[in-house]
Amino acid sequence: MEQPNLSYITSMSGGDKAFEQKLINIIKLEFPEEKNVYFKNFEAENYKLTAENVHKLKHKISILGLEKSYDVAVDYENSLIDGKTEGRIEFESILQTMTDFLETL
Amino acid sequence: MNCIIIDDEATARAIIGQLCTNIPSLKVLEDFPNAMQAIKYLNSNEIDLIFLDIHMPDFTGFDFIDTIKNPPKIILTTSDPNFAIQAFGYDCIVDYLVKPISPERFKKAIDKAEAIKPKPVESKSKQSGQVETSSGNDLYVNIDRRLIKIDIPSIYLVEAKGDYIQVKTEDKNYTVHSTLKKIEEKLPNDLFLKIHRSYIINVDKIIDIEDNSVLIKKDVIPVSRSNRPELMKRLNLL
Repeated sequence: MEQPNLSYITSMSGGDKAFEQKLINIIKLEFPEEKNVYFKNFEAENYKLTAENVHKLKHKISILGLEKSYDVAVDYENSLIDGKTEGRIEFESILQTMTDFLETL
Repeated sequence: MNCIIIDDEATARAIIGQLCTNIPSLKVLEDFPNAMQAIKYLNSNEIDLIFLDIHMPDFTGFDFIDTIKNPPKIILTTSDPNFAIQAFGYDCIVDYLVKPISPERFKKAIDKAEAIKPKPVESKSKQSGQVETSSGNDLYVNIDRRLIKIDIPSIYLVEAKGDYIQVKTEDKNYTVHSTLKKIEEKLPNDLFLKIHRSYIINVDKIIDIEDNSVLIKKDVIPVSRSNRPELMKRLNLL
């Protein structure tokens, strides 16, 4: 499975290590919140809102360099917009991979 | 260029802010997690450029652009490439950046923005007291540089008064610098009906109808001959 990395963060930081750490801290704070809202809306079967949550999470997927996972998220978001849950398991395993990676930082 | 960032995602605001630090001509004055806070800020601050997210809860980036008068240059920042065609419809949008934004692409967008001369700004007096936008059940009106929220179903009457309109609600009346046509576009068709060239009524609030007038709250409102058939069609007649 594709693994997260910090390539994007280091490429856009211009070598500013303090900013890199600041950004990681923001992601570590914001990601669990977004994830919780996603699960809450999914449990409530509010797929329109769940699609919006996936949309927002896509940015963090791309920031962590998960290019193929990003495509998975796009497909899943479109499924949810159509009221379907196809792609859920794959998407949620991406969330878990990101969670595990952020814990190492 | 003085700029602000509007994005509901803290991570995105931090990234755009950092990308701005690499460009000496940019000065980030503020960033906002939602469009409403930014609108208030724009009422009292001159801005050259806005980095604007499209997908935001309640009030989207396009709602925001439709709301502000004389929008400055805007660079859209979004994870969604599907709005590019819609963005072309706005003169103020100078570029469309898809996240994650690379420093190279960001620089290109700034070069574009800098190459465009700013439009002359209308006087502030023209901005006060205007119908701004509706969002769900709410209508925002700009009165004395404050955006005031009005609950749409509570409106029972809108009356044209020269260059102004008076919006009457169950609790309060508001005098707004706008036109009947403009507010008509913002009100839901199923609830509101123009019954005269000077009046729009909330059909649910009608008390009775007599010949060519309706009683709504304590106001007797004339119904023009041309609007009467539509009014009668809307009533649940026995």
